[in-house]
Amino acid sequence: MAAAKRITLNVNGRPHSITADPDMPLLYALRNSIGLSNPHFGCGLAQCGACTVHVNGKATRSCAFPVGEAQGKKVVTLAGLGTPEKPHPVQKAFVNEQVSQCGYCINGWIMTAAELLAKNPKADDKQIREGLAGLKCRCGTHMAIIRAVKRAAKEMSA
Amino acid sequence: MTKMISIKDFAFSRRSLLQGAGALVVSAAAPAVGTRKAGAAVSAFGSAVKPKLVPDQLDSFIAITADGRVTAFFGKMDMGQGVDVAISQIVAEELDVKYERVTTQLGDTATSVNQGGASGSTAVQRGGKAMRAIAAEARRVLVEEAAKRLGADANSLVVDDGVVSVKGSPAKKVSYAEILQGKYFNHKLKWNKKYGNSLYSSGVAKPKKTSEYKVVGQSFPRTDIPGKVFGTADMITDVKVPGMVHGRVIHPEKAGTVAKGFDAASIKHIKGARVVHEKNFIGVVADSEWDAIRAAQELKVQWSDGGKPFGEQKDLYNHIRKAKVIAEKMDTSEGDVDAAIKGAAKAIKAEFEWPFQSHASMGPGCAIVDGNPKNPVVWTGSQKPHYTAEGVARMLGMDKDAVRGVWVPGPGCYGRNDAGDAAMQAALLSKAVGKPVRVQGMRHEGIAWDPKGPASIHMARGGVDSRGNVIAYEFISKGFDRQDVRSNESVPGDTLAGQQTGAKLRPRKFWRSPEDTYVFPARKLGWQVIPPFIERYSPLRTSHLRDPLGPQIQFACEQFLDELAEAAGMDPVAFRLKYLKDSRDRDLVKAVAEKAGWKERVGPQKGQGGKTTVSGRGVSYALRNGTRVAVVADVEVDKPSGRVWVRKFTVAHDCGLIINPDALKLCIEGNLVMATSRSIVEEVAFEPDRVTSVDWATYPILETPDAPEAIDIVLINRPDEEATGAGEGATRPISAAIANAIYDATGRRVRRGPMSPEHVKAALA
Repeated sequence: MAAAKRITLNVNGRPHSITADPDMPLLYALRNSIGLSNPHFGCGLAQCGACTVHVNGKATRSCAFPVGEAQGKKVVTLAGLGTPEKPHPVQKAFVNEQVSQCGYCINGWIMTAAELLAKNPKADDKQIREGLAGLKCRCGTHMAIIRAVKRAAKEMSA
Repeated sequence: MTKMISIKDFAFSRRSLLQGAGALVVSAAAPAVGTRKAGAAVSAFGSAVKPKLVPDQLDSFIAITADGRVTAFFGKMDMGQGVDVAISQIVAEELDVKYERVTTQLGDTATSVNQGGASGSTAVQRGGKAMRAIAAEARRVLVEEAAKRLGADANSLVVDDGVVSVKGSPAKKVSYAEILQGKYFNHKLKWNKKYGNSLYSSGVAKPKKTSEYKVVGQSFPRTDIPGKVFGTADMITDVKVPGMVHGRVIHPEKAGTVAKGFDAASIKHIKGARVVHEKNFIGVVADSEWDAIRAAQELKVQWSDGGKPFGEQKDLYNHIRKAKVIAEKMDTSEGDVDAAIKGAAKAIKAEFEWPFQSHASMGPGCAIVDGNPKNPVVWTGSQKPHYTAEGVARMLGMDKDAVRGVWVPGPGCYGRNDAGDAAMQAALLSKAVGKPVRVQGMRHEGIAWDPKGPASIHMARGGVDSRGNVIAYEFISKGFDRQDVRSNESVPGDTLAGQQTGAKLRPRKFWRSPEDTYVFPARKLGWQVIPPFIERYSPLRTSHLRDPLGPQIQFACEQFLDELAEAAGMDPVAFRLKYLKDSRDRDLVKAVAEKAGWKERVGPQKGQGGKTTVSGRGVSYALRNGTRVAVVADVEVDKPSGRVWVRKFTVAHDCGLIINPDALKLCIEGNLVMATSRSIVEEVAFEPDRVTSVDWATYPILETPDAPEAIDIVLINRPDEEATGAGEGATRPISAAIANAIYDATGRRVRRGPMSPEHVKAALA
């Protein structure tokens, strides 16, 4: 473990200055230092996606991403992706399709799908399923998730 | 953004709430604040003092504010399937108010009585039934009160969105809000004197006829989804209280070992971290979560020698076969099965096996306990917060009603997962350090250390006469107990922390046999239970996992019935239609066959011999506590790899009266996908001295590339039948539908679950 350092983070467009061990995962800085509780701890092993945020636009598992490496980069969480007034198309589609159930995993799906569709708004069924592989949903809402991402793709490629 | 919970909000004890206290501000929708006088002695309608929170008081379930909003207080939980919406619909319907006026509050022991929590898919079936009767009684007393005020006969009054008026004279009117003026009903109900799922309170009012329904049967959206999707809703893991510290519990890698001692110097470098060691329990607390995690990882613990309690995993089913029986029962014994099989033209038998499975919730268990003796509170994501609060009270050495339990939505629990364990760990730690403690498990605690769905074997025999009639059927299950620990945590001994501080497992010595309406001349259905591997503190202890025992029993019995159909020279659908006694069951099987375009056949299809990927279809049926589900699965089997993909499910679902069709469909889909995961992927792995399924790599679940292409659902609405549960019914028939489809595709029976590549390849070899 390294000594605690002052680290400046840009999260959802706002600067935050925290003092932390640079090896500490970004997740704990977001949840506990900055109070953005939404990214969830699921596994701490980058195996499920519940902690996913965007780091410079890339869907990143914040439970296994050192906070020190986030310095100087743009971090966006689910709450920063869109709002009820100005929703991201993926968020809008998730509400319309009534995803999720317990919702604990939802960061992974929305943040990963947002990146996937930003790269390929015309993603087809297979590309969506493959692109979301590696994410876990224990409630089994896969069908609704796939419908929602397709709905968002339709809007984004229109 | 996390909101710090103000301790002021919780500055009253559970006991004072039970006694009745006017100052309870529970939500914007709560009625006006009354005085602090304990216990309403007022007998008249419309009390300014909140009566005691007891099941025979109308105010324990329904409140109406001065501006006409309605709150229903419900002692059950939602796990993401819209229970609150369904209850609001039922209450709105009976009260004759618009759905939008009603909010349902779930699972706070300060505002709701113990209706059993999330349990056995009974939210609508039992809790909803009570709320229906209670809301009808609320309407009755309000209309009666209106009649007095309007000088009219109650029978001449009509209600439209909470406004009572004289039929034909709409100007003569008074609203519910005007009648109550923000006060409490103070109206006595009849109560059946049972807490939990069975709780039923009612008045003299008769609920509406279903033919008059306007709100029930409509698809209202979930209330919690926007908060989840926009990241604005807090979950149990996000609760922060002033002065809170973070706790982590340390579990041994090896099962059967316990903490004998520790080296405090090993975490000396982590500021503020301290160890709590009580008997065999060992945990750490620290001011920051990351420090608590590091302390738990870095603390050097001396573990006792645990031996090799589990044996080799490959010997699991032989162990079950040979293990001594600690309880057994023949639930059904009709006719002489032995004699019938002896005289049968064809007799068949088969044996099936099912592994331990994990709840594997998305987030490991989390709870916050403030154990201060004045105002003890537990914040929990457990499915049964009323019981959790009792357990925490006992862990803290207090009276069982002393602790307030506040349910906050958490990761879905699918039965008795690790949420209850976290609550008791937080209680033990809070007591030790004298501060509020938040505990969240690490991933291995959610998979390796949660209570497991039990492993089992199932032995089936049957006989067919010379005309192709089934004359005998026998089905016996033998497995680990269904509950080494109870499905609620009202007793600390049913949790890990309780077991680490001295409690033994207490198997309930209980299983069950298949639930169906098949009729055969001779039939025996029974079960046998074997002892746990370890009597205490075990990662292979068992408890309820979604649709307890359903996937394993159905995997065996609905496969075996397909085998009997073939022995009888019958098509699997025709066979079920012939032997199912109940007309709802037959309607259901007909509906699924028609929707799926089922083509009659006897035995597996032929002619795919040369292909490496073969396709097949199978049917299966299940009855679960009144709910009936029939499924046709279309699968593809890749023979070289053994990989199974369910291309499509066609489902017919009958849970009686439907409350909310769209929510029901989503609920069914979730059941199907999770059950598919359990059927073809999930198996807890272990070695003689440890569970080796510790994370998602070692306990994978189904992911999107393997999700079905389509799920086609036929909802059978039966307005004249009671609404029964939908949370688990569609889980039950899935394993067998897939197995029967694999048989159709390959001509081979997969008798060992899950139907993973390894087990499918073995069956094909």
